[in-house]
Amino acid sequence: MGKKSIRNLWAEGSLTTPSFAWLFIFLLLPMLIILAIALKPADPTGGIGQGWTLKTLMSLRNPNYPEVIFRTLWLSVTTTAITLALATPIAYYIARSTPWKRDLVLFLTVIPFWTSFLIRIFAWKVVLHPDGLLKQALVWCHLISPDTLLLYRPEAVLLVMVYTELPFAILPLYAAAEKFDFSLVEAAMDLGAGRLRAFLSVFVPGIWNGLVSACLMVLIPCIGSYVIPDVVGGKGAAMLGNVIAQRTFTDRNLPAASALAAVLTIVMLLPLFYFLRRNKGGDEGPRPAKEVV
Amino acid sequence: MEEFLWFKDITKQFGSTKAVDNVSLSIRKGEIFSLLGPSGCGKTTLLRMLAGFESPDKGKIILDGQDITDLAPNKRRVNTVFQNYALFPHMTVWENIAFGLKLLKRPKDEIKREVDRMLNMIQMQDHAYKKPSQISGGQKQRTAIARALILKPSVLLLDEPLAALDLKLRQRMLLELSLIHDEVGVTFIYVTHDQGEAMSISDRIAVMNNGRIEQIGTPAEVYEAPKSSFVAAFIGDTNFFDGKISEVLDDEYCRITVPDLPPMLCFNDKKLAKGELVHLSIRPEKFQISLDEPKLGPKYNVLPGVVEDVVYQGDHTRFWVEVGDDWRISISRQHTRFVLDEKPIQWKDKVYVSWFADDGFMLERYREEDEDLLQTPPQTVGEVEEAQDRDSSTQDLAVNETGD
Repeated sequence: MGKKSIRNLWAEGSLTTPSFAWLFIFLLLPMLIILAIALKPADPTGGIGQGWTLKTLMSLRNPNYPEVIFRTLWLSVTTTAITLALATPIAYYIARSTPWKRDLVLFLTVIPFWTSFLIRIFAWKVVLHPDGLLKQALVWCHLISPDTLLLYRPEAVLLVMVYTELPFAILPLYAAAEKFDFSLVEAAMDLGAGRLRAFLSVFVPGIWNGLVSACLMVLIPCIGSYVIPDVVGGKGAAMLGNVIAQRTFTDRNLPAASALAAVLTIVMLLPLFYFLRRNKGGDEGPRPAKEVV
Repeated sequence: MEEFLWFKDITKQFGSTKAVDNVSLSIRKGEIFSLLGPSGCGKTTLLRMLAGFESPDKGKIILDGQDITDLAPNKRRVNTVFQNYALFPHMTVWENIAFGLKLLKRPKDEIKREVDRMLNMIQMQDHAYKKPSQISGGQKQRTAIARALILKPSVLLLDEPLAALDLKLRQRMLLELSLIHDEVGVTFIYVTHDQGEAMSISDRIAVMNNGRIEQIGTPAEVYEAPKSSFVAAFIGDTNFFDGKISEVLDDEYCRITVPDLPPMLCFNDKKLAKGELVHLSIRPEKFQISLDEPKLGPKYNVLPGVVEDVVYQGDHTRFWVEVGDDWRISISRQHTRFVLDEKPIQWKDKVYVSWFADDGFMLERYREEDEDLLQTPPQTVGEVEEAQDRDSSTQDLAVNETGD
């Protein structure tokens, strides 16, 4: 290694140390603490007992858990799919719009952030309430019967999660779409592709990195969501976040809550690592040639 | 003659600018036809309307007897080579070329055969499985051409296809393009702002300015017999004298008087009358320059002058000579012989500039908006190079940037 590269290494190190320190103190360390607590016995007073045990982790084989885990996964994956399906055409539209329209739609996208998240969720509760306007309108149109419940069911959680996560998908997708060379869409149409075909076979692969980050931006908060199922979901729509909260606040069993949280974290990190590894080569890097016909 | 491709009274407006203004144009089957003009002249808009990416406000486009004005881009037998190639970055060269045939759902063995034939034609067999980011500019260019030609279009549109390549590669690609044209025989429509490219590749050229066609003709026609001062100045270099016809002679010639210069003899092919204001345009290479007064026949004009600047360019030398009080003319002398033997003409030498009366041509007075283009080229040595390179000087023109 030459003199110059050692100096570069030092410069790189000194520049990146603050952010690494931040990540270590506020991300890695808390995760390790949670993992450690998961290996501790519970104290009947709500604290953490002495010594180490695997009993808490074993208790994850609780027969009620598979149902909650399954519900958490399908709600999160469905939310992500719906959100991306909605956000991709919106990003395409914004990127192709005139600057004035583009600013307007982006403004409308971020305007919900001006209101507190909690207030927006409670607003949905008002909208979906049995005596709410939406319910009355739907009944009036004979689309639902008067005794159909809009609130307190998994579909309500899905609706509100899609609403909440949509801006988080639109923004990274728009960032990718803005850099996209739209002459590629024209080229595809020139070669015989219809609009939809050009969109799917050229635009979607072109913003792939944006799709991956939008997917993670939506999926990860969804899996860990707690407030939305708590407010609009009710008992039959509880997700893992609610169970963790219940262990912490109601049962006052910190190790059990930590065990659940640790498993959840690991489950979420797996797809993240997979995508990051996949994306490492990027679009530019050489890949093994293969014939595709 | 049968109409193959016909633009009929096409008008296209963007906001308040008329990008294309009532253009009618007929293109023959199998020819290389160039649309040439400065940026913003409407040539790209015309091309995009033919490809189907824009639709004209007025007028019709007829291809092989079929009205294609409102046909979607994917329904036209017209394919485009885009300016920046627009190769799909996530596909290999092979997949890029196969794209059109796959959309047509052709059998796999047919696709493979056709793609291999194309790869063979563009000599890219060894690069078939590389991504566009891994190949050079010239290779991207060839891939883009093959991708468009594999669909056997009636017309191939080339939108400034060589703009991103360097000079040497540009010359080689021009040659390759003509070879490909000879091989496939498809009608090529070539859009460019580079007169050199247009002249060397085209069968015919349409020179455009401000959304209108100034002249259509073979390269030699537009160069030697430009119909307007814009065409004269845009295609190649020229010298203009603002004058007035002072005498019409009976043998198809006339005399033009220019302030503080002796009357000049000029061929009067347009039969202009006495008293008309004209521009006398003379190409730099049509002049002879000598230290001694030349002994020439009566059909020659001779002006005494002083050399202002000399730029040696290898194959030719460019002289800037001041004649009369304020006229500065540009003269290019080809080095057909070894120049070191001669007594060289130098700065501040008194010289004689002469030309044959038939080599000058008279044009109507230019329009005001062309003024910039017709100004005397810059005088300092460094800037002269720029003036030589029409690329840069025409791009600065940019009368009004629209879609170009």
